Amino acid sequence: MKLIKKSGLIIFLIGLMFFVGSIFTGSFNLKQSELDTFLKEQNYKSKVIKGTLEKAVVTSEEINIFQFSSRVIEAYETSNNYYDGLIAKYDSEKKWDKKGEQYQYKIFGKPHSLSFMLAKKAGKGFAPDNTILMWFLTFGLGIIGALLFIVPDVVLLGKPGIKNDGIFLNAATNRGWIGWFAFIFLVTFYILLYFYPDIIVNWVFLVDPISTSISGNPASQWFLYGFLYCVVMSVMAVRMYIKYRHNKYQILRTTSVLFFQIVFAFLIPEILVRFEKPWYDFKNAFPLDYDFFFKWNLDELIASGSFGLFILVWGILLTVVVVPIMVYFFGKRWYCSWVCGCGGLAETLGDPYRQLSSKTLLSWRLERIIIHTVLIFVLVMTGFALYTFFYGADQVLGIKTQTIQDIYGFLIGSIFAGVIGTGFYPIFGNRVWCRFGCPLAAYLGFIQRFKSRFRITTNGGQCISCGNCSTYCEQGIDVRAYAQKGENIVRSSCVGCGICSAVCPRGVLKLENGPEEGRINPTEILLGNDVDLMELVNDK
Amino acid sequence: MEHIVIIGNGISGVTAARHIRKNSDKKITIVSSENKYFFSRTALMYIYMGHMKFEHTQPYENWFWKKNNIELKKGYVNSVNFDKNLLEFSNGEILSFDKLILATGSKPNKFGWPGQDLNGVMGMYHKQDLEKLEKFAPNNKVCKRAVIVGGGLIGIELAEMLRSRKIPVTFLVRENSFWDGVLPVQESEMINKHIKEHHIDLRLNTNLKEIKSDEFGQVKSVIIEETGEEILCDVVGLTAGVTPNINFLKDSIIELGRGIKVNRFLETNIPNIYAIGDCAEQHNAIGQRRNIEAVWYTGRMMGETIAQTICNNRTEYKPGHWFNSAKFLDIEYQTYGWVFSERNKKENETYFQWQHPKENICITLSYDNISRKFLGINTFGIRMRHEFFDKILTEKQSVEYVLKHLADANFDPEFYKLHETKIVEKFNKENGINIQLKKKSWKRIFSS
Repeated sequence: MKLIKKSGLIIFLIGLMFFVGSIFTGSFNLKQSELDTFLKEQNYKSKVIKGTLEKAVVTSEEINIFQFSSRVIEAYETSNNYYDGLIAKYDSEKKWDKKGEQYQYKIFGKPHSLSFMLAKKAGKGFAPDNTILMWFLTFGLGIIGALLFIVPDVVLLGKPGIKNDGIFLNAATNRGWIGWFAFIFLVTFYILLYFYPDIIVNWVFLVDPISTSISGNPASQWFLYGFLYCVVMSVMAVRMYIKYRHNKYQILRTTSVLFFQIVFAFLIPEILVRFEKPWYDFKNAFPLDYDFFFKWNLDELIASGSFGLFILVWGILLTVVVVPIMVYFFGKRWYCSWVCGCGGLAETLGDPYRQLSSKTLLSWRLERIIIHTVLIFVLVMTGFALYTFFYGADQVLGIKTQTIQDIYGFLIGSIFAGVIGTGFYPIFGNRVWCRFGCPLAAYLGFIQRFKSRFRITTNGGQCISCGNCSTYCEQGIDVRAYAQKGENIVRSSCVGCGICSAVCPRGVLKLENGPEEGRINPTEILLGNDVDLMELVNDK
Repeated sequence: MEHIVIIGNGISGVTAARHIRKNSDKKITIVSSENKYFFSRTALMYIYMGHMKFEHTQPYENWFWKKNNIELKKGYVNSVNFDKNLLEFSNGEILSFDKLILATGSKPNKFGWPGQDLNGVMGMYHKQDLEKLEKFAPNNKVCKRAVIVGGGLIGIELAEMLRSRKIPVTFLVRENSFWDGVLPVQESEMINKHIKEHHIDLRLNTNLKEIKSDEFGQVKSVIIEETGEEILCDVVGLTAGVTPNINFLKDSIIELGRGIKVNRFLETNIPNIYAIGDCAEQHNAIGQRRNIEAVWYTGRMMGETIAQTICNNRTEYKPGHWFNSAKFLDIEYQTYGWVFSERNKKENETYFQWQHPKENICITLSYDNISRKFLGINTFGIRMRHEFFDKILTEKQSVEYVLKHLADANFDPEFYKLHETKIVEKFNKENGINIQLKKKSWKRIFSS
């Protein structure tokens, strides 16, 4: 069994090596005719771009993706610089008409996205030419290796029960060197995904056949991400099933997040695209889905006829009606740890890191400041977006809506939710985004704290302050602080993962939905002591 | 300002300090030689097992004490001068007090076995024991086998700890069956089986004769009393119960028994000197409790109580209904009210028992066979609601009432398979009656 586990690890690492190594393979160049087709599709007005791009990429030279990327970006820059030069020239000559004309020739868009588009057409070499084989060597070996590593635990972990032996003695899970390595890997992955998609174009080639079979289109880097997300969640869900096989709550919850990720976040949106409907994830509620009210999205929905309208109404209902009602009855867990994609990844890939979240009072303070700032940010931005949509003004109070949207998308959407939110799993625990950043979590949290039937009941006086609950709370809630006072845990940030209850050696904690009355029960003297003393002190 | 000094920063002392602070602005000093900051002793095992780090066992962050103006003094008290109200420390320092709370806890029992002080012999009680274990049993290369002497709660925890590092363990238990002085046979036997499933070499009816040393004063082996068998080992864990940690008071005027004698107000024979927690011994047992209760929550309750007395509200220590819990490897155990083992139960006490055919789940209800009053319940592998049983015991309900309302009592996580129907079925069959299980009712659970 140990041997299988070890060979699994080796196979996984080989797969990972192929995966990372594939970035550096292949050559990128275009034939004249291919470039012409591309330029025709893009319909650039610039008269310079054709020449610069030709010089850059129409070649028989073997250039790798890094050279290709910088050449393409330079080509676009040259074109834009040329017209910027003209603008400056006409500006100094005060030829306003001529100056104005030049703007149409400029090419907008992120340089690396432009480079990605071209690279997707220019790629040659092992990854694009042997997609299936390469898929097997990367994804295939990764999946097989990971499963071989995980499945022997059925035997190796022994009888069903809590399996936390050695967590803080292991370099992977105690911020040791493996943890830091994983951190660097994940952060790099997210930076490449969000900001340098052209660099990882070889990975995207690998999922082209899958994308084509589902949506009919070749894959984008977002399809790659979605696919990878589902794969990672599925594999790590197997780990959850084994680790918590004695705990039905964990099994059902894991199945639920997996289902919603694969079906709602991955398959349905792609299938919608196949039927020429807008890409939409029906469970992704505003304000987590922060661009729902952006002008381009509303325009697209309205342009898609009755189906678009249905999405529009559903999206609003989801946030305004469905979410609060469900939180009232079940707590925010129904969303955060049963449905949500971010939560889904945190509860599968992130589970090995849950003990790393900080439990200090200071981090609780920071958490409240940061998460509510993000909530205000998203609401203000949405106000701007709606104003722009209804009144057509592209700026409000002198601030451009587009600028705010860009800042949010960059800072919150990409850096916070992705790079930090997932990249920091091995350092700050698996719910960094959900705890400190997610505006939807902040909104659900208000309802959970002030108007909900959900609580974690503390079982009278049974707590022995051991601290397993606090240690394994991914949201950094000091569960013990409540339990040792005999007080129920009612906290806005609790996502109801149920692990505190699972790891408690004394059966003290139970997640339940019950009457609101008595839900919050601050106590000084715990059950089991003198009844008169309890009355005297607790009712004071 | 009155100066309250507390010796011992375990759960009793710390609870007392916290509650005194809530009710007054008296000067409070907690003295400890074990560790400056309060930690949960019950969690030491999880550090060795790698579930936690030491910092996780500290229920309060380090700034807490200063913020609440509770002074922490690290030092070992050699003796107490009760005439001058002074503590004398091993390093010669002294500290004066107006009122003294003794909360010095326990220490592991040693019964004068030859070799009991060798290197590699240890209890599992203090933080220092953990450090010793880390030194003598870091892995199964350094420690090829460990022998544990004494079949109680700490013994089985130590076995679990060592097994988490794949160290072979021999577990010597004096009794016929694990913890059978406390547990009914059905349960004790289930635990025996479970211990063996965890590859622990359980030896029942087995006593330690002596511990043998190698030439360096390090444990080499143990000899079994009954058979004379020699078991080679590198570590010996002595877990045959605990005894009050009161040696430093031996030659003073304070009244001692096995522990520090206190009345129901937790007062010793000397005015302004109190004792709480494991080290306190009641003159007369409270109800069916023992005179010395070395239990986490009783220490806490005494701390809650003494704080009232210190803050001018002289309060008697009146613990409510007995309850407790533990975990035997993977099996959780809870108890509410009194269930005595077959060995110790009285004639009027009758069991109703149910056991799962395959899994490690069982219950024992104890009731009075004349009045049919419910006396207590043991549950293994099923969690129960403390509030439910506390109320039932206060109301002196019958065993039939408890069975009827078992659904209200259950505290297992959501979606767990419930066994109430089967339990009630068996009870009906055995008693020739027809009790109907009631559906869970929030209203009943929360009506108090």
